[in-house]
Amino acid sequence: MDSALSAAISIAFHGTAFAMVLYLVSVGLSVTMGLMGFVNLAHGVFAVAGGYFMTTLIFRLGVPFYLAVPLATLAVALLSVPLERFLYRPLYGASDLDQVLMTMGLVFMSVAVGKYFWGPTAQPFYPPSALSGQLQFGLRSFPAYRSFLIGSGAALVTLLWLGLDRTRFGAQIRAAVDNRQMAQSVGINTSRLFTLAFALGSALAALGGSLGAEIMAISPSYALDHLVYFLIVVAVGGLGTIRGPFVAAMLLGISDTAFKYLLPEFGAFFIYALTMAVLLWKPRGLFGQA
Amino acid sequence: MTTKPENDVVARFARRHRLHAMEALPWLLIVVGFFLFPDYLALGAQILATTLFGLSVDLVLGYAGIVTLGHAAFFGVGAYTAGYLAAHGMGAPIIGLIAATAMAGAVGLLSGLIILRAQGLSILMLTLVVCVMLQEAANKATSITGGADGLQGMQVSPVLGLFRFDLYGKTAYWYAAIVLFLGWVVARTLVHSPFGRSLTGIRENVARMHAIGTPVFGRLLTIYTISAAMAGAAGALIADTTGLVALNAISVDFSGLILVMVIFGGVGRLYGAFVGVPLYMIAQDRFSQIDPTYWYFWIGLLLVVVVLFARGGVLGLIDMVWQRVQRRRKR
Amino acid sequence: MTELALETRALCKNFGALAVANEINFGLAVGARHALIGPNGAGKTSFVNLVTGALAPSSGHVLLDGHDVTRLSQAHRVKRGLARTFQINQLFRGLTVLENVTLAITERHGFAGDFLRPAGRRRAVIEEAYALLERLGIADEALRPVKELAYGRQRLVEIAVALGLDPKVLLLDEPAAGVPSGEAGTIIDVIEQLGADIALLIIEHDMDLVFRLARRITVLVQGAILVEGTPQEIGADPRVREVYLGERVHHR
Repeated sequence: MDSALSAAISIAFHGTAFAMVLYLVSVGLSVTMGLMGFVNLAHGVFAVAGGYFMTTLIFRLGVPFYLAVPLATLAVALLSVPLERFLYRPLYGASDLDQVLMTMGLVFMSVAVGKYFWGPTAQPFYPPSALSGQLQFGLRSFPAYRSFLIGSGAALVTLLWLGLDRTRFGAQIRAAVDNRQMAQSVGINTSRLFTLAFALGSALAALGGSLGAEIMAISPSYALDHLVYFLIVVAVGGLGTIRGPFVAAMLLGISDTAFKYLLPEFGAFFIYALTMAVLLWKPRGLFGQA
Repeated sequence: MTTKPENDVVARFARRHRLHAMEALPWLLIVVGFFLFPDYLALGAQILATTLFGLSVDLVLGYAGIVTLGHAAFFGVGAYTAGYLAAHGMGAPIIGLIAATAMAGAVGLLSGLIILRAQGLSILMLTLVVCVMLQEAANKATSITGGADGLQGMQVSPVLGLFRFDLYGKTAYWYAAIVLFLGWVVARTLVHSPFGRSLTGIRENVARMHAIGTPVFGRLLTIYTISAAMAGAAGALIADTTGLVALNAISVDFSGLILVMVIFGGVGRLYGAFVGVPLYMIAQDRFSQIDPTYWYFWIGLLLVVVVLFARGGVLGLIDMVWQRVQRRRKR
Repeated sequence: MTELALETRALCKNFGALAVANEINFGLAVGARHALIGPNGAGKTSFVNLVTGALAPSSGHVLLDGHDVTRLSQAHRVKRGLARTFQINQLFRGLTVLENVTLAITERHGFAGDFLRPAGRRRAVIEEAYALLERLGIADEALRPVKELAYGRQRLVEIAVALGLDPKVLLLDEPAAGVPSGEAGTIIDVIEQLGADIALLIIEHDMDLVFRLARRITVLVQGAILVEGTPQEIGADPRVREVYLGERVHHR
C-alpha cells in the first residue's frame, strides 16, 4: 500500500517537473500558431539554442548558473527577432505546407549546427551545488533540482499569466488572437506585436530548454526528437490559448511519466492514442475556440 | 442536329491527358542508367523504390492537398509486412509486394476513416500522430518487428522463382523499375480521370466542392487509401531489395524527408518525385560520404530558400524559364 | 396554391443565445424571381447555409420539391437540383475557367468518381461547359486560371459553376457584390436571361438590382421574416422603410 502511494507521489512529482518544462517550451508555440496562424515546427530550435547557450556559459566560460540562464534566454530572444522578420514574416498567410517546409528546413539546419559546434552527443548538465542532492519534505525526500524546476516553473507561469492579464501588451495579444483585423482597426501595431510575441515565445522556449536540460537533454536532434510532444501540448491545449497548453502539458507530463513507469512495454503508445482521441473529440483542442 | 466545327479550345482542353513525348524521358533515363552506372544499381533500385513512395505522397499532397507528416507510416507497414513474410518462409517478392500493398491500403483506409474528417492543422497533427503511434507499436512489438534492432532473418527468394537478387543489384533495379512503372500508370490514370480532377477541386476549394454536390470525404478516403497502398508497395520494394527493415522506415523524419524530396522536384505535377527523389538521394550519397554533418545543413538551407523563392521546385523553375523563352519568341 | 420548389417550415438556428434563424416559414415558387433582403446581420447568408445544408438547423424543416431534405447532406441536396453562389467568390482559383465549370458538370452527370477513363474523353461535358461560358460571355478566358481574371469576370464564373449544375432552385448570394458598377450590368443581364424553369432566390443589398429582378420580396430582420410581398408592397411598407431604409441611412 505504501509502495503504491510513494509510486503515485513520485509519478506526480516527476510528471509535474516534466510538465513545467513542456509548458515553458510550448506556450510560445501556441501563441505563434494561434496569433499568426503559423505552423512552426522549428519552435524547439529556440529551446535547444537556450540550452546550448546556457551549458556553454556555465561549463566553458564559468558563468554561474543563475546568471547563465537569463543570459541565454536574452540571447535567444534577440536572435529570434531577425528570424521572425526575414524568414517567418514573408510566410504569414502562406499555405500550411510552405510553413511546414520552411520550418522543417530550420530544424534540419539546427541539427547540423548543433553537431558542428557542440558535437554529436548530449551536453552534460550538473545542477549548481545548492540545487543538487535531495530535499527533505516531511518524511519524503525529493531531488532538489526538480523541486527547484517545479517551483521556478510555477513562478514563471504565474508571472506570465498575470503579465498577459494585466498589461497592455497582454491585452493586445489577446485582442489580436481573437480578431486580427479588429485589432488592427483599433490601431494596434500588429507587425510590432508579432515580433514581440514571437520574441517572448522564443524566450520562454529558451528558458524551458535551459532549465529543463536535466530532463530533456540538450543534443543536436533535440528540436526533432521532442517536436511531437510540443505539438501535442499545443494541439491538445488549444491554439492561441495560454492556459490550455498548461493543462495539456500537465496531462501529458504526468500521464507520460505514469505510463512509462507502470506500462513500460507500451512506451508512448497510449499517449499518442489519447492525443488522437482528444483531437477527434475536440479538433481545436480542449480549450480552443469553436 | 448540326455538328459544330471543331472548337480549338475544347479540343486543347480535351487533349490534356494524352502522352507527351517528354514523359518518355524518365523511362529512357532509367534504361540508360542501367548500362551507364553498373556500379550503382543497388542505389538505383533504392532511388526507384523511393520515387514510388514520393509519387504516392504527391497524390495526396499535390492533388488532394492533404498535408501529411506521417506518410512513412504506410511505407513502414508495407516494409514490415514484406519483411515479416520473408522472415517467415514466404520470401517470394511478388507475394510480399501484394500483401504489403493490401496491408498498407487497409491501414490507410482505417486511419483515413478516422482522420480525414478533420481539417487543416488537425489533419496534419493526426497524420503525424498515426505515424508516431505505429512507430511506437513497431518499436515495442519486438517479437514481430525486432524492435529497435530491426527485422532479423529475412530470406528473399528469386522474383517469380527465376530472378535472384544479386550482389550488384541488377535484379533489384529492374524489379523496382517495373513496379515503379506500374505505380506511374496507376497514378497517371488517376490524375487525368474525372476523379483526379475532382481532387484538384478539393485542394483548391473544399467549400465549393461541397456546394457542387461532391461527396468530399469519400473522394479523400479513396485517394488516401490508394496512396497508402502505393506507399506500402514502395516499402515492400525497399525491404525485399535491401533485405532490411528498420524502425526509421516508419518515422516522422522519413515522412518529412519524402515531403522535402517531392517539394524539391515540384508538387502536384506527377513528375516531382521523379526529379526530386533522385536528385536528393544522389546528392546525399555523394555529400554525406564527405561529411554527413553538413548534409542536413545544406538540405535545410535549400528548403528555406525553395520555400521563400522557388515554390514550384525544380520543375516549377523549368516551367518558368520555358515560358519566358516562349514569350520572347513571340515578340 | 402554386407549387413550391423550395420551402422551409419553422426553420430555427441558434448559436448559443443568438438566434440567426427564428421560425422561418418561407416558400419559393417554381420559376420564381424572388429576393431576400434585410439589413446587415439579419441572417440572410445563414438562411442560405441552412437551406443548402452547410449548416444544420436547430429545428424545423427544409423541403425541396415537396420532399423533406432536412437530414440530407449538401451533396444530396445538390443532386435534387439545389445550387448556390457565394457572396465572396468560392472558386478553384488555380484551375482554368473551363475546368471550374467542367468540375460542376461532371459532378452533375454523376461520373466525377470515375477513375479509369480520362476526363478529356467525355467530350460532351467539355462542350457543354464551353457553351455555358459562351452564353455568359467569358468563353474567351476559358483556358486562363480563374485567379488571373478581373473580379467582375470571376463573379460570372461563380454563377457559371452554379449553372453547370443545371439547378431547379438557384440561390444567388449578392451576385454583384464587389463588382464595379460598370460591370454589374453584365451580371444582371445574365440573371435576367436565366430560364423560366429555374426558381431564383437572390440575396441582395443593392435595392436597384432587387427592384429590377425580383417579382416578390421577403424582408428578413434579426433572423425572422418581417414581411413578404410584391416590390410595390414592400416599397410602400412603413415597417420596411423604418428597418431597412433607416439602416441604409445610417450607413451613409
